Amino acid sequence: MTWGVVIFPGSNCDRDCVHVVEAVLGQRVVEIWHEDRTLDGVDALILPGGFTYGDYLRSGAIAATAPVMGAIREFADRGGPVLGICNGFQILTEAHLLPGTLVRNAGLRFRCVRTWVRVESTATPFTAMLPAGAVLQMPIAHGDGGYLARPDEIAALEAAGRVVFRYSDPDGRVTPTANPNGSMAAIAGVANAAGNVVGLMPHPERASEALMGSVDGLRLFESAVAFLANRVPTAPIAAAASASVASVSVASVAGGAR
Amino acid sequence: MPTFRITIMLKSGVLDAPGQAIERGLRALAYGVDRVRVGKIIELTVPESMRPKIGEMCERFLANPLIETWGIDEISPLEAATAAAPDGWEGVS
Repeated sequence: MTWGVVIFPGSNCDRDCVHVVEAVLGQRVVEIWHEDRTLDGVDALILPGGFTYGDYLRSGAIAATAPVMGAIREFADRGGPVLGICNGFQILTEAHLLPGTLVRNAGLRFRCVRTWVRVESTATPFTAMLPAGAVLQMPIAHGDGGYLARPDEIAALEAAGRVVFRYSDPDGRVTPTANPNGSMAAIAGVANAAGNVVGLMPHPERASEALMGSVDGLRLFESAVAFLANRVPTAPIAAAASASVASVSVASVAGGAR
Repeated sequence: MPTFRITIMLKSGVLDAPGQAIERGLRALAYGVDRVRVGKIIELTVPESMRPKIGEMCERFLANPLIETWGIDEISPLEAATAAAPDGWEGVS
């Protein structure tokens, strides 16, 4: 399968994502520039972290107007797996592909710490192969990470099983001190209604090799690989994607991206 | 062409970190303040045909209706922020 990593001006974990997918997972990956209008037949998409467009206006707000967003929206609408990490999560909320928004951390500090999250839903490509209730250690690094939505929206997300990750302690207990940024209901990640679009504030790509102190983040990427492998025979999107992959040169895509 | 001044404020109840920091600063300087709120001001000069679209611009993009409110004031071009920087600064911006 082919992964796409979308790069905006100010993305800063894009290379980390490419490295993990390519070198650690052994998957094909293409870089997609924010001005591109097609996704070159990718099977799964990552919107990496960073501070796109200097976080002007609101975190993710300008990126949500980028030319590439039309193709991302189409891909998401067709059921393609999309993972928004940190700023990528903020972009997905600003683009209304995910509900709610991310506001300034409670406590006013930029938080760059290890966190633990409990897997609350396995009904997404990125968590399908994880046991429900699994606790993953992944770092956060953000100033605007407080998840906020209308209370009725939070209740609806909870009822629909769309809260995917919740900040917890290493034992999976959701405690006030385990919540690093004041997120409502300790929400660290949510999914869209179909489950294929997931956003989270922690950085799985920074927890994908033993050298980094945790390999828990790798499980998200592995999960998506297994999920897609299982559904390939019936998924029109996967079929269309693999058909077009042959005509795309990785070198030309990467060259166009930079 | 009309010029509009958009004032965007966080809704009460949404953490206003800069407001809190400024409030503390003012108190540290021994000024009594009850509350400080920080927002954004955006000035737009638009073609006349865009006049009816200003509200839509705010709702779709300039503000996030979930956490922010906004006010729209039409201002004269003279009111707009046009004060020039001192001589010698030209080209810096």
